[in-house]
Amino acid sequence: MSRTNPRLFVVDETKFGASLDSALTRRRISQIILYTLLIIGALIALMPMLWMLSASFMPTGEASTYPPHLIPTRITFIHYRELFTRLNLGRYLFNSALIAVVVTGVSLVINSLAGYAFAKLRFRGRDRTFRILSLGLVLPVQVAMLPLFLLMKNLHLINTYWGVIIPGMASIFGIFLIRQYALSIPDDMLDAARIDGASELRIYWSVVVPGILPILATLAIWTFLATWNDFMWPLIVLSDEAHYTLPVALANLSGEHVMDTELMMAGSVLTVIPVLSVFLFLQRYYIQGVMAGSVKG
Amino acid sequence: MTGASARAPSDVGRAAWLFLAPALILIFVFFFLPVLASLVLSVSDFDIYAIANPPTTRFVGLANYTKLFHSPEFWQALRNTFYFAIVGGPLTIAVSLGTALLLNAKLVRFKSFFRTIYFTPFVTTLVAVSIVWRYLYHTRYGVLNYGLAHLGIAPIDWLGNPHWAMPAIILMSVWKNFGYNMLIFIAGLQAIPQDLYDAAEIDGAGPVRRFFAVTLPLLGPTLLFVSVITMIGYFQLFSEPYVMTQGGPLRATTSVVLMMYEEGFRWWRMGYAAAIAFVLFVVILIATLIQFRLQKEHA
Repeated sequence: MSRTNPRLFVVDETKFGASLDSALTRRRISQIILYTLLIIGALIALMPMLWMLSASFMPTGEASTYPPHLIPTRITFIHYRELFTRLNLGRYLFNSALIAVVVTGVSLVINSLAGYAFAKLRFRGRDRTFRILSLGLVLPVQVAMLPLFLLMKNLHLINTYWGVIIPGMASIFGIFLIRQYALSIPDDMLDAARIDGASELRIYWSVVVPGILPILATLAIWTFLATWNDFMWPLIVLSDEAHYTLPVALANLSGEHVMDTELMMAGSVLTVIPVLSVFLFLQRYYIQGVMAGSVKG
Repeated sequence: MTGASARAPSDVGRAAWLFLAPALILIFVFFFLPVLASLVLSVSDFDIYAIANPPTTRFVGLANYTKLFHSPEFWQALRNTFYFAIVGGPLTIAVSLGTALLLNAKLVRFKSFFRTIYFTPFVTTLVAVSIVWRYLYHTRYGVLNYGLAHLGIAPIDWLGNPHWAMPAIILMSVWKNFGYNMLIFIAGLQAIPQDLYDAAEIDGAGPVRRFFAVTLPLLGPTLLFVSVITMIGYFQLFSEPYVMTQGGPLRATTSVVLMMYEEGFRWWRMGYAAAIAFVLFVVILIATLIQFRLQKEHA
């Protein structure tokens, strides 16, 4: 029709062109607004950490000036040196790393065994046990802390690494996460292994574990970060400085060194850097896990 | 089950219990048992003398609870905790949803770059960033007041003024936590079929209308999950006031958990502290049930 009627064709084209133009402008404007908001958000998200990093390199006293300095006038490492020499930070770094690594390693095995059993093995009382366990998800951990302290005292585990490690070795959340993922393992694969005469432990190790590696990675990162960052229980159970984890030591230091802003910032940098690097290098697993573990709730 | 099953069910059952044993024993001994013991502790006068000599502990019935409900400090701690959860929770969720919508916009590129930046505060160590924020909030030298001065706002004594201390802690908590909920919202948003938006657009619905008619209703389950998780976490407020204000000024930031910690582990009034812990549990339970109920009514 339009081909036989050139006039109509021309009118159509200009109209179409004009609306395309205004659509493009609108799109451009929305894009500018979106990016402006995103960049402002990113600056707010990063600012406290950038200031922490910057202040940790400032000469003593420079972080307490007005107007505030955002960049050090002169870069110095004295605060880091002081932390490692006089304030024993290396020791706390070691304690934190040891506890976080042991908790992560042990809990991964214990939670994955349990999560797999709940997902794939048939046994009497499975559903009831699982329901009782899920009740624990609504119990705040603080409710357990007072008797747990007394229990640890009777076991002579107060002020030991084990006092922090043992309560972290199994987690209801971890079992749930693994179970959810392990449900997707095909039963045929497990039955085939059984027909081949593999023991249940052998099946777990050579069929199940390779199948749930992604969620194991997620749980490992999650556990490592949570254990490293944990504060309240280590604060309660560790009373002797030699066993302090970094957050406990840092909170303690910040009481004594309120005025030493730059020193405290250096301490904060050293506390945050390990978890931040674990996150940045392995974020693919971590973010996927957070999204997968939650959607189905 | 056909007869071709390769192994007797009883063998599988035995293996299952062996697999479960370490986890169940640990969780029972180091979590469920202490929770039950906490209930017993809360009706006893267990204190510093009892730590040295447990048999001196006596059963006191509901005395700890009566004392608690007559204590102005406890009511203040409860008020502070509610203030934090009821203002901070929705604020965090609103910021999370806002950033999730921004990052889900079709026109935006570099999504994963921004997502990583926004998520970063969540993985940092709470104690460390609380210390950092304490300096950002400094009345004279703090970056925050410096920024406000440019907008013509007089310096605020963030952590020293009883009216500002809790808002300051809320502000920091929003910054610290929004990234986690944001990820969950993004996953929820991506699960909404594009057809629904197209259909709404054809019907002439603008972006705001589309948000309320399509996005929000379909985000319902995600919203419930996020609200419950955020609220449970916020009722357990502890480290921020412990590090930033020690519960002050004038106990304006003393939370229920901070009070429990001080009663239990500083003054060793463990029976009394256990009663505080149990009230916290009941509060969290009721709040969770209310949210489930609200969700049901809307569905």
